[in-house]
This record gives sequence, structure tokens and C-alpha cells, in this order.
Amino acid sequence: MGNASAVLLAERGAQVVLVDRNPSVDPFAVELDGTAHVGSVADAAFCNNVVAATVASHGAVDILVNAAGTIVRSNAVDTSDDEWRRIFSVNVDGLFYMCRAAVKGMVERRRGSIINFGSIWGDVGGPGHAAYAATKGAVHQLTKSMALEHARDGVRVNAVLPGEIRTPMLSSERERPPTEEELHELADRAVPMGRLGDPKEVAEVVVFLASDASSYMTGSLVTVDAGYTAR
Amino acid sequence: MSGFTDKVVLVTGGNSGIGRAAAVQFAAGGAKVLIAARRAEASRAVVAEIEAVGGDAYAIQCDVTKSADCDSAVEACLERFGGLDVLFNNAGIIFRDKSALDTTDEHWAQTIAVNATGTFLMSRAAVAAMVARGGGAIVNNASYFGLVGGRGAAAYCASKGAVVLLTKAMALDHAGQGVRINCICPGSVDTPMLRGEMEEMGGADSVRHLFEEKHPLGRIATPDEIAAAVLYLASDEAAFITGAALPIDGGLTAG
Repeated sequence: MGNASAVLLAERGAQVVLVDRNPSVDPFAVELDGTAHVGSVADAAFCNNVVAATVASHGAVDILVNAAGTIVRSNAVDTSDDEWRRIFSVNVDGLFYMCRAAVKGMVERRRGSIINFGSIWGDVGGPGHAAYAATKGAVHQLTKSMALEHARDGVRVNAVLPGEIRTPMLSSERERPPTEEELHELADRAVPMGRLGDPKEVAEVVVFLASDASSYMTGSLVTVDAGYTAR
Repeated sequence: MSGFTDKVVLVTGGNSGIGRAAAVQFAAGGAKVLIAARRAEASRAVVAEIEAVGGDAYAIQCDVTKSADCDSAVEACLERFGGLDVLFNNAGIIFRDKSALDTTDEHWAQTIAVNATGTFLMSRAAVAAMVARGGGAIVNNASYFGLVGGRGAAAYCASKGAVVLLTKAMALDHAGQGVRINCICPGSVDTPMLRGEMEEMGGADSVRHLFEEKHPLGRIATPDEIAAAVLYLASDEAAFITGAALPIDGGLTAG
């Protein structure tokens, strides 16, 4: 979804700076006429450097999309200390470090929009991913708090809450990727619309929240879940 | 209340504020109470208070950010009292008047470690003991800041959002094993933590009225009022409640 958001933002005229652990982000950035930084958002100094480098090269950060995230698929009882800390370090610490680094310049310029990736699992609990749900609950509350803190600074902070989207995360941290049949069954059973989402459908919401079209929105948690949490 | 006769209750941060009030009320209800907290001397004072009125309590030094300490606290319940029925995850910290911009790496890490990771580590340790006994109840102390955002408390809000969702996710995971998991979302409560917040925000004299006025009921809560809700959620009277986040906030989040 981060990938799709970058593509769509670039298509709509944004200059994109991509951040990823995986060096494959470099050629992807070239495709989008953008730049890339390889590193982990769990490292506060790295986040500060990314923002400083972007300000140096582009003059400012107008939009921050925090899409980096990971998942642990187990009950709390089966979640190790290391797994708990790893998922918090990326999903929560990393998101906080990027927000903190970016918001300063936004406040100074009195202009900026931050879009955090929450999740339907930060709204309702789900069996078998306690740590993931806890991280997304943290993201939602950080989003609301920062929205209030900067409501009069010209900086808007919102979150997008995807449901079951066809992304690499659907397959990650599993013994084997789900089959097409299993995905179809999941969509039929769990999603009111009866299908999985396309990352581009989430990216459209990200771009909307990034744009002036959403100028009266801050602190909003926008679900993009085909009705999953409407029940 | 005598609904907790011979039940074993573990309270983290049980030596002050809401934790202390809950420990005293659980003991008055007949429970055997284990107080797990960092400051051993303060814990012993609460134990003495409970014993003075004929109750049964025991204190163990515990830093909830350390998994070994959490495991030891549950072990102590099994060794001393023969099991564990109720866990009240109450230990918590706040650094006030800190927007995300003013939050240092250390304050961020400490807030997440105590409030979110501590709740997880203690819950993980307790669930197995509860399942072995045929069931149990966990009550997590979240906050109304786990439901709505607040100014100058970004790290605290993030940590409490994590607690609310950990509550819901764990409630689903253990619904079939007789373990109920809920959280309370208190508004402002007259505790040492709140008094510390007031100091960080410019002194109780100048800010206390702000805390009172924001609650529709026009006042802040007493620790005993919050503890009463904890006992309710832990009791068999709440047998059909799991995964709930109960606001006890004088109407603060009602609108």
C-alpha cells in the first residue's frame, strides 16, 4: 500500500522520497523520478536524517505517509518478548520518530499533512494477532493526539484504516502464502463486499487525505474496509 | 462485598492511587491479594493496611517492563496462594505537557515499556495460570486517552491505545478458555500520578480547575470510584462481559 501510495502521489505531481529497509526501493524510486533512503524507521537518527536530507534537497516536507509496518501472527500467550519489541519498534516507534522529525518543519511553515497507516485491527480486536492490534491501537491514539496538538498549526494528522487488502503482508509471517482459493474464501466469509481490496483503492484515500480536498479533516480515522467494521 | 472469597488477585502498581484502592477493596471482599510494584516499601505499607483489618496480602518487588519480573509475580501467586484468578494491570506512567515534538526518545520508550509492554508481559504470564485453573479475569487500566486524543500527552495516548486494542484482541483469543479480558478508561482521578501531572503543567492551584471542568460531572474521580468498577469487571457479575473498554470518566467521552 505504501508502494501504491507513492505511485499515485507521483502521478498526481508530488516529488516522492521513499524510505524502506529493502534496497529494492532504489530502482523503484528511479521509476517515480524520486529519491530513496534505505534504512529502518525503528532508528530515530535515521528518521531525523531522512527528514533533514529531504529538507536540504527539496526545501521541505509537505506530506508524510507512514506506511511501514510489520505483523506478528500469534496470540499474546505465544508472542515472545523479541516479537513484541520488534513489531512495536517498527509500527509504533518508527511511526512516532518519523512524525516527530517531520512535524517540526511543517509547524514552522504552517503547512503539512501526515497520513498514518492504522488498521481495522486498531479499531476492533481480531483473534491471533494481539501484538499487531496493540500497535495499531497505539497508532490511532498517536494520530488523534498529534492532530489536537497541531490543529492550529496548519498541520493535519489523519489515519487510513485498511481492511483485507491484497498486499505482500497477507502472505508474510505465515508458513506458506495463502492460496487463491483461501483468499476467495476469506473475502467471501469476512468482507461484506465479498472481495479483497486493491492497494490502489487505499492509495486513493491516502492521496485525498494528503490533498487540500480534505482541508477540514484532522484526527480522523478513515476505514477503507468494504464494510468490515460496519457490522 | 464478599464476592472474592479465596480468590487470588494480582495488582500491579498496587501501592498507590487506583491500584492501592483496588487492592484494599479486593482484600475487603475476601480475596488474597498480591501487590506487584517497583517500590517495595510503599507496597509493604498497603499490605500492613490490609492485614490490619484482617485481610490477606503479600508484596513482591516487580518492574513490569521485565518479563522475568512478571513471570516471578505470577509464580509468587501460585506458590503463596495456590493459583491466580484475577489480574489488574494497573501500573502506568505519564510524562505530561509533552507533545510529540517535545517527547524525547527516552520518555517515549519508557512510556511504551511500562504502559503497553508491561501490560502485555504480565497478561501473557497470567493467562496460562488462569487457564490451568479453569478461567479468570484480567482488567487493564487504560484511560480515556485510550479512546480519544489529548493535547500534550502523545506518548501516553499511544500507549493507552495499545492497551485498549490488546484488551480486545486478547479477549477474542481467550474467550473459549474462560478468561475474560476487559479494560477501564478512567477520566482524571485524584491520584499521585494526576498530582504529578498537575505539577508538570504549572501547579495544582492553577490547573486543578481545568481538570475538574472538563468532566461533565464537574469534578475528578476518587480512586475508590474507579476501583469499584475494576471489582465489578473482575467479578462473576460481569460474566458476559469480555473485550469491553469501559469509560469511567464523568461523561468526558460522551460528547
